[in-house]
Amino acid sequence: MRETIEFTLNGEPVSLDTDGDRILLWVLRTDLELTGTKYGCGIGLCGSCTVLVDGEAERSCALPLRAVRGREVVTIEGLAGGEVLHPLQEEFAERGALQCGYCTPGMLMNAAGLLNGNPHPSREEIVDGMEGNLCRCGAHKRIIEAIDAASKRM
Amino acid sequence: MTDNTTRDFDPVDFELSSWSEAFPFDRRDFLKTLGAGIFVFVTLGDLAVAGEQGGRSYPDDINAYLRIGEDGRVTIFSGKIEMGQGVMTSLAQMAAEDLQVPFGAIDMVMGDTDQCPWDMGTFGSMSTRFFGPALRAAAAEAREVLLGLAAEHLEAPRNRMRAHEGVAYMDSDRSKRVTYAELTRGRQITRVLGEEAVQKSVAEFTVMGKSFTRLDATEKVTGSAEFAGDIRLPGMLYAKMVRPPSHDATLRTVDTSAAAAMPGITVVEDDGLIAVLHEDPEMAEQALGRVRADWDRPESDLDEESIFDHLVNEYTDGRASDVRGDLARGEQESSMLFEETYLDGYVAHAPMEPHTSTAQIENGKATVWASTQTPFPDQSQVARALGFSEEDVRIITPYVGGGFGGKTGGLQNIEAAKLAQVTGRPVQVAWSRAEEFFYDSFRPASVIKIKSGVDGNGRIHLWDYHVYAAGTRGADQHYDAPHNSITSYGGWMGGGASPHPFAVGAWRAPGANTNIFAKESQIDIMAAALKVDPLEFRLKNTSDERLIGVLKVVADAFGWQAGAAPGGRGQGLACGLDAGTYVAHMAEVEVDERTGAIKVNRIVCAQDMGVVVNPDGAKMQMEGCITMGLGYTLTEDIRFRGGEVLDLNFDTYEIPRFSGLPEIETILVKNDLVTPQGGGEPAIISIGALVANAIFDAVGVRLFQLPMTPARVRDALARRGE
Ligand code: FES
Ligand code: FES
Repeated sequence: MRETIEFTLNGEPVSLDTDGDRILLWVLRTDLELTGTKYGCGIGLCGSCTVLVDGEAERSCALPLRAVRGREVVTIEGLAGGEVLHPLQEEFAERGALQCGYCTPGMLMNAAGLLNGNPHPSREEIVDGMEGNLCRCGAHKRIIEAIDAASKRM
Repeated sequence: MTDNTTRDFDPVDFELSSWSEAFPFDRRDFLKTLGAGIFVFVTLGDLAVAGEQGGRSYPDDINAYLRIGEDGRVTIFSGKIEMGQGVMTSLAQMAAEDLQVPFGAIDMVMGDTDQCPWDMGTFGSMSTRFFGPALRAAAAEAREVLLGLAAEHLEAPRNRMRAHEGVAYMDSDRSKRVTYAELTRGRQITRVLGEEAVQKSVAEFTVMGKSFTRLDATEKVTGSAEFAGDIRLPGMLYAKMVRPPSHDATLRTVDTSAAAAMPGITVVEDDGLIAVLHEDPEMAEQALGRVRADWDRPESDLDEESIFDHLVNEYTDGRASDVRGDLARGEQESSMLFEETYLDGYVAHAPMEPHTSTAQIENGKATVWASTQTPFPDQSQVARALGFSEEDVRIITPYVGGGFGGKTGGLQNIEAAKLAQVTGRPVQVAWSRAEEFFYDSFRPASVIKIKSGVDGNGRIHLWDYHVYAAGTRGADQHYDAPHNSITSYGGWMGGGASPHPFAVGAWRAPGANTNIFAKESQIDIMAAALKVDPLEFRLKNTSDERLIGVLKVVADAFGWQAGAAPGGRGQGLACGLDAGTYVAHMAEVEVDERTGAIKVNRIVCAQDMGVVVNPDGAKMQMEGCITMGLGYTLTEDIRFRGGEVLDLNFDTYEIPRFSGLPEIETILVKNDLVTPQGGGEPAIISIGALVANAIFDAVGVRLFQLPMTPARVRDALARRGE
C-alpha cells in the first residue's frame, strides 16, 4: 500500500511516496542510491546492512521502511561530518581494520551504535557488541583495536 | 587515457621489432589513443610463469604496463584485482620504489579488460611473486628513460643524474633539477622491453619494505568504494532466477504466469535460464515466489558422513610423486609404525559479498561489472554466451568483496549478460546468500591415509602418503624421510567424472589446509609415541633451513615449553610451506571436557616470505588467515543430502566471530635473499593441525577429522584410554 513516509536521512529530511512494507535496505540502495549499506545475508545474521536509527544500530535488512517514519537514520555515507571523518573511520583506515571492505560499513555503523550507548567499552564489551557482525576476511583483531582507539579519542 | 589529441608528440624512442605482431591495433592509432606521457610495456618472456601464460588478444606478450602522465601522475594497469588481499597497495609501492615517485602519485587501474594487460586471474598468491617483477622492471625502465631525458634537458652527464620523489636532479648540484611531469609534457615515449632492466636492491629500498595506509582505505570506510552490486544504470532491472532445489534435480514443469501477471515484471525463459526481472529487487523476489516449478529428484544417501568412503571407492587411480627409497624396506626397518586416516569435510568460501554482476549491452558492445577473480577468462565466457567477439565484451572489476578462490566461475556474469541481451536493458544479478551457498565451488571433502615409521634413532624412516580429493599442494615432504612416496587420487578441482555431488574448487591455499592437517598431526603422533618434544622432533627431522628458521623464531616468541605431549599445557605446533613462503604456528588452547568446546586463547605465527613489500599488509593477511583458519578447524562443515545443500545461510553455517578470536601475534622473519613470495594464503595452512596438536597436549586425545566440533571432541574424550 502506498503511503507517504518521512524521516531524516543523514541529517536531511526525506519524503518517500511508496509501500511502507518495503525493506529499508533496498529502499536505501535503490530509490535513494545509497549503496554503502550492504546486503550480506538478508535475514539479520551478518550485520553488513547495519545503519543507525535514532543512534542505535539496526539491521536494515530486517526493517520495513514504515518503522523509520519520523526517525533519524544514519548510513555509512552520513557517518563522517562532511569532509571530516568520524574517529572510527580514521582508526579503521589507519589501522587497516578492513580488507575487502564489504563488511566495513556495517562494522562501522554497529561500532558507532555501540559507542553511542557505551562511550568507553572494555575489550569484552567491544567483542560482545560486535559479535553479530561477520567478517570473512578475518579483520577482527584490528577492528577491535580500531574501536578501542576511537573510543579513547572521543 | 588522458586526452592530448591536439598535441604534437614525438615518439623519441621506440623499441619493438615486431610491434604489429604484438599489438592488435594499428601502430599509429594505438599511439594516438595513448596520449602524451611515457609508456612502458614489459614482456616477461621466459620468466613468465608456468600457468600464468596463455595470453591472448590484448598485446599478448605484454605482462605489465604503466604510464607516466603529463601531470606527473603514474598509472599502473594490471589485470589483477583487489579483493581485500591488499595487492593494490603493494603493487603501487613496488612501482613507486623503482620509479622514485611518491607513493601518493600512483593510480591503479585493475581488472579492466579494455585497459589492462591480459591476466589469467588473481589467485595462488601469485600477484606479488609474478606480476611484481614485471611491474618493477617497467618502473625501473621508465626511470631510466626519465633520467636520460633529464640529462639532455639539464645538459648534464647521464651518469650524474639521480631521481627522488618524482624529480630528476644532478648529484653534485641539486639546483639542477627537473620534474618528471615537465619531462613528459608534450611527448610520447613508448618502450617495450624484456625483464632485464636494473631494479633497486633491497638495501636501497625507500618505499618497499615500509607500511603504508591501504590505498583503498578511505573509500572503504566512507561507503564510496564501489562493488559490482553498487552499479546503478538508467533503466536497470534486477533479476531473480528460478533455482533447482538440488544439483541433481531436473525441471519437469514450470509455470511463470502468476509472476508474469505482476505489474512491471519481465519473465525470461531462455535456454534453461528462467528469470523474473523488475526495477525493484524486492518485487523481482516476490515474483520469483509466484513461479511454480516441479522438479524430478533422484534419491541419494550421500551425505557429510558417507562421503568419505564414497571418495575412496570412486578414486581408484592414484599418481605417485616424490618417490624415494623403497617403501617395503622402509617399513621393515622402522622400529615403530603409525597408520592413520584423516578426514576433512566440505567448506564454503562464503565471501561477505555474494557473486554479483551488472551488465549492459550498447551498440553491440557488452560491458559487465563483475565480482570476480578472473576478469579475462570471464570475458571469453561472456563473449561465447552472447555470441560476441571478445573485443566486444568488456569486463570491469570494481572492488571485490572477498574471493578466497571462489570467484572464478563467472556464472553470474553469463546470467546478467544474457538477460541484458534478451531484455535490451541493463541487468543486475546479485545472488542471495542461499544462492551463494548453493552454487559455491566448495573446498572438497577429502581423505588422507598415512603410514609412517621411525627408526631407532628417532628419525622418520618411512612416509607413505595417500591423499584423496585434496591434491598435493601442502603434501610435499619437508622432512627428511629416506623412504617416501606421496600418492594423490583426484585433485581439488573435482574434474571430469567428479565424485562430488556439487562443484568443488580452489579454496584459499587449495588442498594445503587438508594436507597440512594430516601431515602435521602425524608428525606429532610420532613425536608423542617416542616421548619426544614435538618441536625437537621436527628440528631433528628436517634440514630445510627456512623451515628451521621459522620454527625457532616462533618458539622463542611463543615461549614454547619443551617436553613431550600430552603435557597438560594445551600448547600446539604446526608448520609448512605454501606459495614459496614458510610458516610456523604455535597455539595455546583450552578444552572444556564437559561440553567438548575448544577455546583457542593465543596463536603466534612466524612467516618467512622472502623480501617483504608491505610489512603491515603482510601481517594483515597473516591475521586474516589465522582467523579464517579457525573456521574450517572448529565449525565449518557443509551438510548435504545428495546434491541438496542444507546449509544456506549463517545461522547453521558458522564462520568465525569476534568471540572466537584468539590473541594473535605475527612475526615476519627477515630474509632478503629470497624475492617476495606469496602472502595471502600461507598462514592459513597449519591451523587445523595446530589446534589438533594443542588439544592432544591439553587432554591427550587425538582428533582425526575436521572440523573439530564439540560433539567430535566429546566422542574422542569418551574413547580416551580405550
Ligand atoms: S544483510 Fe542484514 S544482517 Fe545480513
Ligand atoms: S573485510 Fe572482507 S568481510 Fe570484512
